[in-house]
Amino acid sequence: MIQLLFFARFREELGVDAEQLEIEGLSCLGDLLVRLRERGDTWARLFAEDQRVMMAVNQEVADRQTPLREGDEVALFPPVTGG
Amino acid sequence: MNSVRVQSEPFDPNREVDLLRADDPSIGAVVTFIGLMRDSNQGDKVDRLFLEHYPGMTEKALRQIVDEADARWELQHCRVVHRVGELMPSDPIVLVAVASRHRKEAFMACEFIIDYLKTKAPFWKRESTGDSERWVDARENDDRAVRRWQSKP
Repeated sequence: MIQLLFFARFREELGVDAEQLEIEGLSCLGDLLVRLRERGDTWARLFAEDQRVMMAVNQEVADRQTPLREGDEVALFPPVTGG
Repeated sequence: MNSVRVQSEPFDPNREVDLLRADDPSIGAVVTFIGLMRDSNQGDKVDRLFLEHYPGMTEKALRQIVDEADARWELQHCRVVHRVGELMPSDPIVLVAVASRHRKEAFMACEFIIDYLKTKAPFWKRESTGDSERWVDARENDDRAVRRWQSKP
């Protein structure tokens, strides 16, 4: 299993802040995005190819190539706006 | 000594600077950046701001940015304080304070830290304008500011 976290606009639009997901078939973050897109509706829109999505694995910034391992904490969020 | 804090309580920028430079006569320069909550954005009046963050990763990301500045320039101390939660106009949102022997390093490092913070640290602003609320969009300018540091070490 991996732990998924959603923040800010993503959390609000999806109506979910966290979920557990089977890691089977997900070797990297790119695979995860494809899997989430397949859910359709808001998922397909937020995680579409042309959308800016920031990702982190175990609290480190990551990209589509970043590999996934059992037990990982994966966060998806819109571009940051602090400061 | 470097210090990074994320907190919902207000902070006093002057006191933070006093603490930064306390008991260190080797410091010759302190440069600070204080980000304040503006009462307008994109032509609309903003009454309140809510800052969400990713607890755990936020502190880690800030520490990494400060460590990177420390590696690039000769610095004595850095201090970053960032508010989360509810903010009102004129409230300090963020303080970046850098102390060094000479001014140049402190100027450069302070700008570097705030530029990186704005594009790498997981904070998100949601603003209230009258009776509606909206998430603030990231700015292309902020990305450009960071790229500048990547091409010129």
